Amino acid sequence: MSTTAPVATPETPAPAPAKRHRSQAWDTALVTLLSFVTALVIGAILIAIADRQTRDSFQYFGHYPGDTFRFAWSAIWHTYQALFYGAVYNPNTASHGTLVGYLGPISETLTNATPLIAGGLAVGVAFRAGLFNIGGQGQIIIGAVFAGFVGFHWHLPAGIHLVAAVVAGLIGGALWGGLAGLLKARTGAHEVITTIMLNYVAINLLGYLLSVRGFQAPPYGQAIANPVDSNAQLPLLLGDSMRVHAGLLLSIAAAVVVWWLLTYSRLGFRLRAVGANPAAARTAGMSVENSYVVVMLISGALCGLAGVSQVLGTNPAITGDIDSGIGFDAITVALLGRANPVGTVFAGLLFGGLRAGSPLMQAYAPNELVQVIQALIVLFIAAPAVIRAIFRLKTSGTSVGADLAKGWNG
Amino acid sequence: MSTTAPVEDLTVDHEVVDTTLSSRSRILRAIAYAVLGLISLVWLGTAVDGGTAHLVFDGHTVGLPAKATVIVVGIVILAIAAWQGVRGFGRRATPWAAGIAFLLFMVAFFSWVSTQGTNPAIDVVGLLQNSIALSVPLILGALAGVMCERSGVINVAIEGQMLAGAWAAALVGSVAVTWVGLFGALAAGAFMGVLLALFSIRYLVNQVVLGVVLNVLAAGLTGFLFDAFMANDSEKFNQPGVLGEIDIPLLHSIPIIGPLFFEANIVVYLTYILIFGVDVALFRTRWGLRTRAIGEHPKAADTVGIKVLALRYRNVLIGSAIAGLGGAYFTIGSVGGFAKGITSGNGFIALAAVIFGRWSPRGATAAALLFGFAIALQNNLSINTHAIPSYLLAMLPYVATIIAVAGLVGKVRAPAADGEPYVKQ
Repeated sequence: MSTTAPVATPETPAPAPAKRHRSQAWDTALVTLLSFVTALVIGAILIAIADRQTRDSFQYFGHYPGDTFRFAWSAIWHTYQALFYGAVYNPNTASHGTLVGYLGPISETLTNATPLIAGGLAVGVAFRAGLFNIGGQGQIIIGAVFAGFVGFHWHLPAGIHLVAAVVAGLIGGALWGGLAGLLKARTGAHEVITTIMLNYVAINLLGYLLSVRGFQAPPYGQAIANPVDSNAQLPLLLGDSMRVHAGLLLSIAAAVVVWWLLTYSRLGFRLRAVGANPAAARTAGMSVENSYVVVMLISGALCGLAGVSQVLGTNPAITGDIDSGIGFDAITVALLGRANPVGTVFAGLLFGGLRAGSPLMQAYAPNELVQVIQALIVLFIAAPAVIRAIFRLKTSGTSVGADLAKGWNG
Repeated sequence: MSTTAPVEDLTVDHEVVDTTLSSRSRILRAIAYAVLGLISLVWLGTAVDGGTAHLVFDGHTVGLPAKATVIVVGIVILAIAAWQGVRGFGRRATPWAAGIAFLLFMVAFFSWVSTQGTNPAIDVVGLLQNSIALSVPLILGALAGVMCERSGVINVAIEGQMLAGAWAAALVGSVAVTWVGLFGALAAGAFMGVLLALFSIRYLVNQVVLGVVLNVLAAGLTGFLFDAFMANDSEKFNQPGVLGEIDIPLLHSIPIIGPLFFEANIVVYLTYILIFGVDVALFRTRWGLRTRAIGEHPKAADTVGIKVLALRYRNVLIGSAIAGLGGAYFTIGSVGGFAKGITSGNGFIALAAVIFGRWSPRGATAAALLFGFAIALQNNLSINTHAIPSYLLAMLPYVATIIAVAGLVGKVRAPAADGEPYVKQ
């Protein structure tokens, strides 16, 4: 149970632990898969509605219904095919015989997944300690600002410069996240409120910095920062023609570290204990306040890593939309990954794939479709009872985030 | 909890603040006033070089000797600070003192702005008009938040409800007549409310998680449907027109007040009615007492026969519809067309207003007005002066909210059962 969902419900007894554990994991996987399928089906309905030919043929549906279904099917097929081509494997470009042709889509998926994994880990770690870090956006921005500033302002030898910029990004994110943790620990201010507010503070701070000489790139006409030195850029993994960069390795490494931290370390045990039951943790002599600060520092640093991979890898000059929605998508990644590092990596890959496929898909359906599918998947995962009702599954287990079902005062 | 439950006619939170106003917070407030006074006296006093400040009220220009104004204002605010520090203000006087200090400070501030650069004249009424225009959706969103959270359901999805309302208002307004779009907005907001209520009340999903997901869903759906229908057929689906301005007879010819409050469209008047209506209903009716009861202690409410879940469903639906109406203001209330992400974070500012206003309709309205004023001021300053970066000014509402929830200016306390699903034992 502890590996599949943040916390077990106290009400459900656990008969025959080993067997139950397996069925629980199976159950989780099934619900996740069915959530995905249901979201795709609803997406398909939207595609059919959005398709002009299908809509037009619907006007003579009574006389010739076959047309409507044929056009709808064609639209749905082409849309999802394009999504697949953009994200996994595109036979059209693969026929060129170049490496980019074969691996281009995968490279895009990995590039998009990199910050999502880091951000998803950040939100997931906070979940496990009972906190909801909704401030990924702000932490990513501040992390990117720190990393980017070190990246263009300092001029260090290769290697050292990269390390310095990465560390700066981690520190930036950690500071911004830690601030919310500190406020929670010292004053009880709810982290959801403070992190939302800190997001907007960070957005405006970035806007301000992008208008300041020394940060903004000459000729000062556009809101874009100086480009990061090539010494401070994350090396590309598959050659110059593909965008996937070493940030991916950092994100994977972060997943391993978080997994170890939560599973084997004393700190991780404390964080999970605080997340499961703060009162009990306090009684056991753990400092709940300290845990809040520490977990928000860690969470912020992981968001900082997402910012680092954006500014030192994907997009080596800070712009106003350096976050590009990752802060909020990270929440969905963490929920899909059930706040568990391995699950988060896969969830990040899935949503990275959806992001990578959307430009190609845009020829057939508006690319917000990806956003809708993402939201629906997470909605169903958060409310497995809906999926169980649709597919008539047996009731068991609990929903992710159920342990967080508490109010502003909690 | 036991101290606040029986209090019926007072806004509960005000009661809490006043009974706990310690000497510490008295001193803190005095320091806040003193800082304001010193900024006026020292910083603005030295920055103003003795020209004349021009403030325009409804076409009439008032010239003020800038330096003298700034210095006098500084001294008066320092006097308020001294009184606050030594004696403290009573329950009634506190908002007046704060209001007067704020107003005076703004006069000093504008005197300074007016002597900057090109010596611009400050159109005070225009600024206030902009503030109100920017506040209207914030107020509606905040009222939506108050409705939901007072009955124990956290509403982080205000942004999504507004976006859905904005979209539906544009679509329905285009297909039918402009004003019919209002019903589209109410329905779309309520639809988002159904999702919020169903998943939080029935399926017990964490309400903050749910709110975040619903925001993503609303942004995705409206963006998708915008591209699918409106973007290509804009004359057919995205030209709802703008709601006409209605001048209230007599009232609109009052100088200053008239153009500020009584020359507006129907959404603004509905906002007035809703502010009054929600406030009275929440604190003076049986429905309000029940709503507050299920937000504070659903179990107790249940034992006296209040249908907790049914009332929660109803309040979330009504609240979300109000947020949808707020969304309509962005399309048929102002620009006359939908664009992706048109609400641009206003739902989150409204959420901040709910919290800053301590979950009371009046407080939330005041907070929304303050935030609207901050945004209008920022827009104005970015034209008139470069001495204060507008981005830093734009942070103020958010920083203020952080300070408020951190308890630095009095304790902020949410309804006790806010966000906790109620499961009948």
